[in-house]
Amino acid sequence: MTEPVLYLDGVSVVFDGFRALNNLSLIVDAGELRAIIGPNGAGKTTMMDVITGKTRPTAGVVRFREHDLTKLDEASIATLGIGRKFQKPTMFDALTVFENLELALKAPRGPFSCLRWVLSGEARRRIEQVMEEVGLAARAHDRAAILSHGQRQWLEIGMLLMQDPELLLVDEPVAGMTDQETEHTAALLVRIAGRRSVVVVEHDLEFVRALGSKVTVLCEGSMLSEGSIDHVQNDPRVIEVYLGR
Amino acid sequence: MTLRLVLVGAVLVLAMLPALNRLPADSALHVSDFIVSVTGKWITYAILALAIDLAWGYAGILSLGHGAFFALGGYAIGMHLMRLIGPRGVYGHPVLPDFMVFLGYQELPWYWLGFDHFPFAILMAVVVPGLLAGVVGYLAFRSRITGVYLSIITQALTYALMLAFFRNDMGFGGNNGFTDFKELLGMPLNTPTARSALFYASLLLLLGALWLCSWVARSKLGRVLVAIRDAESRVRFLGYDVTQHKLFVFVLSAMIAGLAGALYVPQVGIINPGEFSPGNSIEAVIWVAVGGRGTLVGALLGAFSVNALKTWLTTVAPDLWLFALGGLFVAVTLFLPRGLIGLFSKAQK
Ligand SMILES: Nc1ncnc2c1ncn2[C@@H]1O[C@H](COP(=O)(O)OP(=O)(O)OP(=O)(O)O)[C@@H](O)[C@H]1O
Ligand SMILES: [Mg+2]
Repeated sequence: MTEPVLYLDGVSVVFDGFRALNNLSLIVDAGELRAIIGPNGAGKTTMMDVITGKTRPTAGVVRFREHDLTKLDEASIATLGIGRKFQKPTMFDALTVFENLELALKAPRGPFSCLRWVLSGEARRRIEQVMEEVGLAARAHDRAAILSHGQRQWLEIGMLLMQDPELLLVDEPVAGMTDQETEHTAALLVRIAGRRSVVVVEHDLEFVRALGSKVTVLCEGSMLSEGSIDHVQNDPRVIEVYLGR
Repeated sequence: MTLRLVLVGAVLVLAMLPALNRLPADSALHVSDFIVSVTGKWITYAILALAIDLAWGYAGILSLGHGAFFALGGYAIGMHLMRLIGPRGVYGHPVLPDFMVFLGYQELPWYWLGFDHFPFAILMAVVVPGLLAGVVGYLAFRSRITGVYLSIITQALTYALMLAFFRNDMGFGGNNGFTDFKELLGMPLNTPTARSALFYASLLLLLGALWLCSWVARSKLGRVLVAIRDAESRVRFLGYDVTQHKLFVFVLSAMIAGLAGALYVPQVGIINPGEFSPGNSIEAVIWVAVGGRGTLVGALLGAFSVNALKTWLTTVAPDLWLFALGGLFVAVTLFLPRGLIGLFSKAQK
């Protein structure tokens, strides 16, 4: 058996006595696409915060390959190969689409390297290729501030691709997208997985179905059910807390 | 494009001032000594404004203590100027400056060694502010102290230094500081030659600093800094060590401010702890806000225009200056969020 890429075991996060994550375990394999669903406040975003070093777990093991993520800061975790798209798209509004992607491009990150950085033809092609992929080629030199909500989501996914991470954490990528955009995004994520592992948090069950992946249902900070979309949709516990509402 | 032309024109006009000063006094184009020396001083202020803009306008580090780096650079060159007085002091001591004789020093403190040499003094004018910024910045940025908290810390820093330099036992002349300078690099100060030389040196430094800052601003580092300014934590998730980038720009900015101070002191002929006063740092930030931050050229415009206003107003109505400065700041914040330079780019469109 191959080593899992992401390994969470017995992870708990307590905010002022409130357990946002409660003894959560999760294993993601190399090249796997995993969907995570769960009601509001289930702890999905908190789980991503723990993996990316934004929040420290109160207890439990968080490993990425052989690295203990609970000991590393955000920048080191990102450099290890974990990229994240935030629930609320955040990018650099004062910079253009091209410049946002350029900053995300995998390259030496120190101040002196950035000072001496010259955009190579190869880097330019890579950026153009990603702009093509997320449908922003026509907006290359527009400032991110003037993009529509859906386009902002795509720019963030594009920034994720530029980082060329081994593991992508994607928080609610299709919020605010039209059906057609949603379909496009699902196809994009499916294409990305395989080469790398992708964890997608989403509420939109049609979208999750389109991903065709294994689904994990979170509720009150723990795993409630896991399996195919049909399996979880028919799980009585899931129906009770989530789907039945 | 137009902006660049205006800039080149302004630099040319500035460059001509010392030459016009040499014309006979009855010539229509004659420029007075006062104009030359006051403009030379403003140039060093403009360099300080550039340094502040690099840190604040690009990286979002609002330092309210940049006056301290400027003053430290000034003290470094001041120490050199004091050493050059030699035995020509009022007390005529062969080694010690007057204030040390007065305070009963037996020998030169160790930290005065080396300041006989001009290159060493200039080196210290850069290194000391850089080191201080490095230590303070490292501690603050590593602990993720940002925004108003960082501003307060830098303000406290300059205040603490002011109190320290007021003390006689620091060995920096206490509240009198240093003055009565005689010469620099063999040029007697207060002569037209020295005035022009210092003026041109300042102008060259201004151009050099502008070039350096534009290079940083236009590089990918400049875009990383803007990204840090607008969404610091997002930059971390892209794998950038934000502390390193902020530290780089803060130290560079402090070094530029130190050099500006080193050119300021020989032109005004005095340095004392008042240069560390918190108000000075705040005033310098207002120059940048008035000119328009995050553009570099705006900082220059702000430094020159606010100081021209100050020089004029403090002669006609000295009591009004602080009110005018405060009013100006409020007015610009409310009506010209992009500063004076914003008017310019609007007109361009
Ligand atoms: N920094 C924090 N301090 C206190 N409570 C927090 C913090 N972050 C999250 N929580 C709480 O933890 C719980 C889980 O939040 P989380 O954002 O992980 O939910 P989620 O599953 O992503 O929900 P949604 O679907 O609405 O995005 C929520 O009740 C939230 O209020
Ligand atoms: Mg969430």
